Amino acid sequence: MSSTNPVVNNGVNVEALLGARAALTETPAAAAFKWRATCKWVNGTHSHSTVKSFFGLGEEQSHRTEYSFDADHPEIFASEDNGATPVEMVLVGLASCLTAGVAAVAQHRGIQLNSVSATLEAGMDIQGILGIDSDVRNGFDGIKVHYDIDADASEEDLKALVAQSQKRSAVFDIVANPTNVTVDVN
Amino acid sequence: MRTRCVIIGAGHAGLAMSHCLSEYSIDHVVLERGEVGNSWKHERWDSLRLLTPNWLARLPGYCYSGNDPDGYMTMPETVGFIEKYAKVISAPIKLNTTVTSLNTDGSNYKVVTNQGSWQCESVVVASGACNLAHVPAMAESVPSSIAPLTAMQYRNPEQLEAGGVLVVGASATGIQLANEIHQSGRPVTLALGEHVRLPRVYRGKDIQWWMDALGILDERYDEIDDIVRGRNIPSPQLVGTPERSMLDLNTLTAMGVRLRGKLAGINDGKAQFSGSLRNACSLADLKMGRLLNTIDEWVAENNLDGEVDPPQHYAPTEVEESPPLMMDFVKDGIKTILWATGYYPDYSWLNIPVLDRKGKIRHDGGVVDSAGMYLMGMTLLRRRKSSFIHGAGDDARDLSAHLVSYLNGNVKPD
Repeated sequence: MSSTNPVVNNGVNVEALLGARAALTETPAAAAFKWRATCKWVNGTHSHSTVKSFFGLGEEQSHRTEYSFDADHPEIFASEDNGATPVEMVLVGLASCLTAGVAAVAQHRGIQLNSVSATLEAGMDIQGILGIDSDVRNGFDGIKVHYDIDADASEEDLKALVAQSQKRSAVFDIVANPTNVTVDVN
Repeated sequence: MRTRCVIIGAGHAGLAMSHCLSEYSIDHVVLERGEVGNSWKHERWDSLRLLTPNWLARLPGYCYSGNDPDGYMTMPETVGFIEKYAKVISAPIKLNTTVTSLNTDGSNYKVVTNQGSWQCESVVVASGACNLAHVPAMAESVPSSIAPLTAMQYRNPEQLEAGGVLVVGASATGIQLANEIHQSGRPVTLALGEHVRLPRVYRGKDIQWWMDALGILDERYDEIDDIVRGRNIPSPQLVGTPERSMLDLNTLTAMGVRLRGKLAGINDGKAQFSGSLRNACSLADLKMGRLLNTIDEWVAENNLDGEVDPPQHYAPTEVEESPPLMMDFVKDGIKTILWATGYYPDYSWLNIPVLDRKGKIRHDGGVVDSAGMYLMGMTLLRRRKSSFIHGAGDDARDLSAHLVSYLNGNVKPD
């Protein structure tokens, strides 16, 4: 349980993260971030979203470059399938958040990772979104995440690693807990 | 009135400090808003017993001497124990003396009470960690047909209307109340987040015996990786009963209590639970497993394998396949919501700017950020055992030594 093991390198700068944590404890206002995305309708169910700017540490920030994402629905929904479905993007968000957490926690605990892969599956009864049955919710009825991790650690340590990653994950929290959503127009 | 030190609170912590100051012949007074052991006497539920066995009830200059060392004191017994201690050490206590304000001019303190005021060079805050019930803001959204109650107001199940009860929180308080309320015929739903699972007895010894033997509770506040987190850990899922039985989530599930995720919100008469229940239970199972492994290793290292029972294994906490995320208070027959969501200290009388942004006193191992001021009896104040009765002794010895050198002019204010 040490961040000082020089042999372990998962490419995570734990010292910088711990430094940021200490600094932000002193100045909680700087910890207030705003994350943003924009989305433009292209055609049909196809849309094009971008992310670039965000706010944090008391000022405007920017990604190194603009990232873009095309979303669409598959052909069985009579769409053109120009990209992942939005619900798959939620799975991508969850998987990448948990996986980043696995790497960071492993680094902090002195666990060298050799390989990490996650497989996700979420069930959905589309009677909800189609309005067939109002007792069926629109969203997932559950999400299953399976990790395959090859690392120099015991099975118990790996379970603890994955548990801690969930505990600290933003997207896990967003998915597992309600969030107020406010949508306005023009 | 003038004295060298005022101790606020005549519970076990304030009295331990009083005893240490008396040994240094420091003139002091212990101010008590009510009676000795007031919180234990008036602010806890009827069935509560200490989480530590009697043999661990030791304070500087005094310890348990009854004939049931492995038992757990009821509240009247606990109050009796503390009252006896106050007599044995001849503590200079002023009863029914409520502190209404505490001020300092930078060198002296002024303690104002409903029975007059004291001037002193130093002050020890030993008024307890559990003066007020913490209730989350979402309590405002509970439907008006549901009776709200805090663990502080709760005494016994007969106080509650017949019907279902939503217990929020699964520390020692939450699981104990869930247990007795469910057994009274009021079906309990228990909403829980992170918690600490422990067996009452492991390999034939009380879990507190192991903690004591391995020195786990002696770990100091300045040796702990994340002290803020450490100080916020909920009390372990333990109960003190004559049967020394284990009370964990699996026990509750077996009797029919329904486990739900952490209460995340209340909207339109419906409670929303977090989808993190499985992980909260995994975290607690893994943590308990690590502690029991540490104990097994210690037993092996000390060649005690033949002298204690063999290692025990506990089934992982059972979580149903898809725990419901929503509950309609009315449709589900819930009549009462019981908040077992923690306690916090009351510092409404404290006029010295020593509180952090979370309303807690800033201190370094009990040495408060105001010269001559000290804090006692808080979770992980100086050691993991600081909030236990048997933890008060070492803290009082350390802090009284610091206080005396301050009075002697040997500690310079920052």
